[in-house]
Amino acid sequence: MESLIHFAPYIGWVYPNETVIEWTVLLAVYPYLTGLVAGAFTVSSLYQVFGFERLRPVAHLALLTSLCCMLFVPLPLLLHLGHPERAFNAMITPHLTSAMAMFGFFATFYVVLLMLEIWFAYRPYIIEQAQKRTDLLGKVYRLLTLGSYDVSESALRVDRKWVFWLAVIGIPGAHGLHGYVGFLFGSLKSREWWSSDLMPVIFLFSAIISGVSLLIVLYVVSCKVRKVPIEVDCVKGLAYTVWAFIMVALLLEALEFANIVYKGREGVDMIMEFVKGPLLIPYFVLQFGVGAVTPFLILSYLIWRGTTGKALVFGVTLSACLVLMSVFMMRWNVVIGGQEISKTGKGLLTYHLPFFGQEGALMALVLTLAPIAVLLGMIRLFPPWHDKAGHAAAAAS
Amino acid sequence: MKIHQSPSLVARRRFLSRLGLATCAGAITGAGALGLARTVCAKTETPAAGDSFPTKDYDWTKHQWAFGVDATKCIGCLRCVEACKSENHVPGNAHQFRTWVERYVYIEGEERARIDSQQDPVNIAASGSQKEYRFADRYKGEKVEKAFFVPKLCNQCENPACVQVCPVGATYKTKDGVVLIDEKRCIGCRYCVQACPYGARYFDEERGVPDKCTWCYHRITKGLQPACVEACPVGARVFGDIRDRGSPVSLFVRNNRVQVLKPESGNAPQVFYVGIDKEVN
Repeated sequence: MESLIHFAPYIGWVYPNETVIEWTVLLAVYPYLTGLVAGAFTVSSLYQVFGFERLRPVAHLALLTSLCCMLFVPLPLLLHLGHPERAFNAMITPHLTSAMAMFGFFATFYVVLLMLEIWFAYRPYIIEQAQKRTDLLGKVYRLLTLGSYDVSESALRVDRKWVFWLAVIGIPGAHGLHGYVGFLFGSLKSREWWSSDLMPVIFLFSAIISGVSLLIVLYVVSCKVRKVPIEVDCVKGLAYTVWAFIMVALLLEALEFANIVYKGREGVDMIMEFVKGPLLIPYFVLQFGVGAVTPFLILSYLIWRGTTGKALVFGVTLSACLVLMSVFMMRWNVVIGGQEISKTGKGLLTYHLPFFGQEGALMALVLTLAPIAVLLGMIRLFPPWHDKAGHAAAAAS
Repeated sequence: MKIHQSPSLVARRRFLSRLGLATCAGAITGAGALGLARTVCAKTETPAAGDSFPTKDYDWTKHQWAFGVDATKCIGCLRCVEACKSENHVPGNAHQFRTWVERYVYIEGEERARIDSQQDPVNIAASGSQKEYRFADRYKGEKVEKAFFVPKLCNQCENPACVQVCPVGATYKTKDGVVLIDEKRCIGCRYCVQACPYGARYFDEERGVPDKCTWCYHRITKGLQPACVEACPVGARVFGDIRDRGSPVSLFVRNNRVQVLKPESGNAPQVFYVGIDKEVN
């Protein structure tokens, strides 16, 4: 029989029980997905609340993306639990001193908020489809109207008000949810690599850049697939957003690292050995060099030169892909990296990522891509396009 | 000026306000139910009053258990580790332990101690089994300046980080000072394993819950000693009721200058050490 647990090789001195790395790649997927949720919601809010008109083409897509990612956020956790059938214990009898106890409530609140906002945003479309369609899908739309068929100007005004205020509440909601994930790690005093006041903020900013980047990729790919022209202004708006937030994200990460090194508390020698050794490629090269500094330089160049057209779209999309990789590496380096540094401060462990299995690379990949698959279905039900082709498609369907 | 409102808009507003009322009512009921559930589940009652507790005449409000380790006495025979594994059905591998023994060896000319434990591959090779433990004679020929053994176990902290982080309250502190795990309540998230600064917890994959030393709670509540204390041939492990001034652990704490591990964590460990060195943490 195959061994139930995989033991991690180590160097130096580690506590015996540490030789099993308990939080696997799924625990890196979990903050990655919540980050995408918060980031995508940011884009929608920039349009709905702050009036960034150029982001209009992606505003609804952002909402749907946020919801699709959010639906999958609990899954990596459930797959990881020793007793997933008891997961609701955390909501039925939460232990309020635990940073983890509030997750279910925050997540539920946010999902409800997102669904409400999407409902209000799509109400005219739902009503139109409910009245037009006679097939099974028509029944679904009729159910989704919740009995309200009013599309008068005053009713739509109320809808817009609701969308606005839900978006306003959603800003602290989405960002609070992700900052909270950062707090789950940052509040643990057992590990020097995690125990940081900056952790929630670092998580938040990396979340924003990852969500905006995902939308860039989704928007550009969707335009290509639908064979409609890409609105360069929208891409530029998204590029500005990533550019601005990536600066803060980089600065915060640098501050965090400088803090650890400068304070030089017990165990810092091992941390230095770790970042110069096993973490050199995932941390300095992939997360910082390739994933953050490179896109920052590309975007700076594009903005400085006033590049437009295809070159801009290509440069921004490339940067977005790099940022998406960088943020995943950040989650990996926090979750896995933190456990690879022994609590003794005198040893290092090596995590082995299996390909197959409940907590393997394949499962992580499936979970990361699953929201996109659901999004494909969702955009058929609620077309988020604002261009003419979108309207034509909606009218034809 | 009178504003004309369409009937359906009025109806929708009414629907939304009712929805709001229903949500508030639901929230209040939910909060009430939650409070009730918490009261029901709170582990504050004397277990002696409940039928589920294995020792009916035991009153946890009348004891305050504590543990002492005299590292100057430990000979590294590892009988304690084997006794613990067998008493508590700890998985028979070289990676998961409720208690373990660390060996610190200072070699002449080296700045730092060489540290290992029974789980080290060299020591496992020496014992020839993952279920039997011994320290290999690996420093033969080296000039050893100083060497000692340090037994480790759960510190049953006064402010346990593991209890703080448990999202369902499955890990809890008893009134007599031991941290226990309710296996029927635990969801298996392993946040407690991460939070323990001492590496005292491991995750039992087969049962889907974490496990750790309980100072053999099933024994001490019957008036017995923990298995490791009973197995120790040199009296390096001392256990007792700190409220009883004549107990071995009270004498140990009173007659020695004791210290605890990682006091800066704020966990306030209840395992008191004598004879450990600066590198022990």
